[in-house]
Amino acid sequence: MITFDTQPAHYQHWRLSSKGAVARLALDVAEEGGLDEGYRLKLNSYDLGVDIELADALNRIRFEHPEVRVVIFESGKERVFCAGANIGMLARASHPAKVDFCRFTNETRGGIEDSSRKSGLKFIAAIKGACAGGGYELALCCDEILMVDDRSTTISLPEVPLLGVLPGTGGLTRLTEKRRVRRDLADLFCTTAEGVRAPRAKDWGLVDFAAAPGEFDALVAARARALAEGSDRPSGEDGVALPPLARRIGEGGYRYSHLKVAIAREKRAATLLFAGPEESRLAENIDGILKAGALWWPLAVARELDDALLLLRANEPEIGTLLLKTEGSLPAVLHCEEIIERHRGHWFVREVIGFLRRALQRLEVTPKTLFALIDKGSCFAGTLFELALAADRSYMLGGREGARIALGPRNFGGLELLNGATRLKSRFRALAPDAGLSPLCGTPLEAEEALAKGLVTLAPDELDWEEEIRLAIEERASLSPDALSGLEANLRFAGAESLETKVFGRLSAWQNWIFARPNATGEKGALKSYGGGRPSFDWRRA
Amino acid sequence: MDGGERIPNNVGLGQNQSLKRALEHWQPHFCEWWRQLGPTDFFAGEVYLRTAVGADAKSWARYGLVRLPEYRWGIFLAPGEADRRIGFGDDFGLPVWQQVPGEHRAALRRLIVTQADTEPASVEQQRGLGHSCPSLYDLRNLFQINVEEARHLWAMVYLLHAHFGRDGREEAEALLERHSGDRDRPRILATFNEPIEDWLSLFMFTYFTDRDGKYQLKSLAESAFDPLSRTARFMLTEEGHHLFVGDSGLSRVVRRSLEVMRDNASDDPQRVRDRGAVDLPTFQRYINFWFSSSLDLFGAEISSNAASYFASGLKGRPDEARYQDHRALGEALLLDKPDGKGGAGKEEAPLRNAMNEVARRAYVKECGVGVERWNRLIEKAGHEFRLSLPSPRFHRAIGFWAGVFADPEGKILSAGAFSARRAEWLPSAEDRAFVKSLMRAVVEPGKMAGWVAPPVHGVDHLPLDYEYVRL
Repeated sequence: MITFDTQPAHYQHWRLSSKGAVARLALDVAEEGGLDEGYRLKLNSYDLGVDIELADALNRIRFEHPEVRVVIFESGKERVFCAGANIGMLARASHPAKVDFCRFTNETRGGIEDSSRKSGLKFIAAIKGACAGGGYELALCCDEILMVDDRSTTISLPEVPLLGVLPGTGGLTRLTEKRRVRRDLADLFCTTAEGVRAPRAKDWGLVDFAAAPGEFDALVAARARALAEGSDRPSGEDGVALPPLARRIGEGGYRYSHLKVAIAREKRAATLLFAGPEESRLAENIDGILKAGALWWPLAVARELDDALLLLRANEPEIGTLLLKTEGSLPAVLHCEEIIERHRGHWFVREVIGFLRRALQRLEVTPKTLFALIDKGSCFAGTLFELALAADRSYMLGGREGARIALGPRNFGGLELLNGATRLKSRFRALAPDAGLSPLCGTPLEAEEALAKGLVTLAPDELDWEEEIRLAIEERASLSPDALSGLEANLRFAGAESLETKVFGRLSAWQNWIFARPNATGEKGALKSYGGGRPSFDWRRA
Repeated sequence: MDGGERIPNNVGLGQNQSLKRALEHWQPHFCEWWRQLGPTDFFAGEVYLRTAVGADAKSWARYGLVRLPEYRWGIFLAPGEADRRIGFGDDFGLPVWQQVPGEHRAALRRLIVTQADTEPASVEQQRGLGHSCPSLYDLRNLFQINVEEARHLWAMVYLLHAHFGRDGREEAEALLERHSGDRDRPRILATFNEPIEDWLSLFMFTYFTDRDGKYQLKSLAESAFDPLSRTARFMLTEEGHHLFVGDSGLSRVVRRSLEVMRDNASDDPQRVRDRGAVDLPTFQRYINFWFSSSLDLFGAEISSNAASYFASGLKGRPDEARYQDHRALGEALLLDKPDGKGGAGKEEAPLRNAMNEVARRAYVKECGVGVERWNRLIEKAGHEFRLSLPSPRFHRAIGFWAGVFADPEGKILSAGAFSARRAEWLPSAEDRAFVKSLMRAVVEPGKMAGWVAPPVHGVDHLPLDYEYVRL
């Protein structure tokens, strides 16, 4: 079973250090430390294990080091920055494993930009040795790319000429969308296996600054200072530790403190039951919130959701439907929403909102059907109601004894989906950011009204409820999993595109198509034959 | 049966609140439909009718005088079989389903709705017939068929309400919103949008078209969805009476024609007509019409729907137990097909895709039984004329032979040659006008119209001159 928990003391591939406002993340991959057998992580190439550490390190910086304003990515090895994803690993991985790996790395890279945009955490890539493929894609996520100009170091995206696949971890998208590299130059760059050296890289806009080896460290330090000045991360604040999650994994699922995941294999479904906060334990002021720390309900729920999704995706490919349920007090959730709203300017609360936002975004790029079941005793309000808004369908218990939902401040901002809009705005393709619903904020709604407002999909009453849900789950489970993933991925992001939706939509879809084609993964495909001979292609354009 | 229920049933209606609520909501709409599109002109009188008050041998047929608006429709399933197993398809041998599997919800709903839609349709098609009944005995049979078709609607609506949630309730409402022959909201199957305006057509309909219904019900009786199977099995017991009306009705028409031929010592069709009976060539043309249009109801010879219904256990072959290989894999059926060059050829189809044809062939064989019996009557009377079923190539609107012109022997013709001889083979406007001219109501107890012989027995051991309908 693949798990995603780690901590700096256990890192094999990254070294995290910090001094004042600057943290350094040095990549120094242990060649023999691959997650699986059969490949060696040469030249700072990475696999899922390396990226799990990166994701953890980023969260440590966000929460445990609030004073850090700038993170510098650098290499712990001479002459090589990062050679990208490990080819041997990719060549032998199953199609679902490849897709899942790319999704996770994309999420982590998106998270870097999310923190830069929303939490004042800035990133620098300090490239001192060869930087290829996924290595340069990591640099592309940073606010600034600095490159040593020693007339030999190159950066490259050699996936197309060498491997017959795409720079699929955001590379193609960020070149043109983020760095605004001209498309013809991007074409040249992406088909030049040997890459480009610093002068041309600078000229084409592939890097921001270049310096000779003797001046490079000074350049890095200067840029770090400059970026730190523009950050509103706090100083003189203690961090909040992220201890390991209290989690029990059993045959039937996972159990956390606020989330129970019950896996029903025969139905190919899992129920995620979230417990709302306990009114009596909700801290009102920031001291109390900081004291609760990682156990503060919103953060605990976010971490548990995040972890459960990762476990389900990596270990339960055949579980196709996630049933999202909640239990607890609706007023307590609304009260908690008020507290978050009151303190949302505080760095910790801001990071918690960020964690929630990214966990919900992870939910939406999960290739599993999401049905929210809003039944009696549930507490879908505010942040928890975002689960229902993220779902492909929501069923709300109607009738006189039916369920209640409520909108809260977090439905109107802070938890935007990958296209940058709130789920309400995106759902209704609304012009107004609040979709005209802000007057309802804080008011419990019955099923009839929720249905009339378009906030839920269906509202069977108690006589129909059980059978309706059973049929819906069974019917869903009988449909093609590929077609469903495609359907859901298309419908979940209505409205304008963003860089992120292009990465998860266009780029990933093309990459996954290429992954499934013989020209990449057939016996004589480019990915399979890399390092062992020339590929043989089917020349028909499809 | 639940004691004191408004709706007689053996489905535990009293214990199932959601079902009870759904049916009680639907019932007024049904009553409204019956009052508007049932045999409304005869609502004042009393009719000697059979009512099912239970599913066992003693209670499925309880006779008594009833006013049509007060008929009590019940919901009955044939008794369940212990440990019943799926009898065909990919899941052969597994336990049958008591609940609709989500995977098959849409397909099952479509099967049930299509079957259900024909039930009220036939009531609507026949609503004008009472005014030209050949006897009170026949009038009573018509009403018996009407109330039972309406009960079959109840049976299907029960399935929709009990097993398909909100979608099922909406479909049940829609069954009352579509009407036979309605330009904007017609019944689903084309045949059920044609009014039945004379009793010869009614007998033909109950012989040929209801027999298609019987075969559809036999296929559904095999279903892995046990409530559908049990519903269909109980409906088959009632359908038996409708087929009897057709079979005996057509026999009586033939017998009467032979009597007239004997009394006049002539088999000249015109002389038979002049004496107020149906001549045998006209009878044959009616057979040609009703048999060919009923064949269409089985669907196309090669059908992917039929294959998937069979594979998933939704709809089997009639009398599935008679077959050896219940998975029907690897076998093929040789089909008769036009070759596109004016001739005919053969095409081999995987058996699963040819399930419609399997059922149709069994149906054709059964239709032949009555024809043989009528021919024995004709032979015994010393005539050379013989009735026959036309070739399945003849006058088809669905399948390979749609759009191909063939004579009743199956010989392929040009469009021109067909239309030149059409009146020999299919009822002409003049035939229909003649048959209609025979349709005059006879309502004196025991008396028969001149175009039809009396039946052999009365209903429920009562004499023929019993007043079956008190107008």
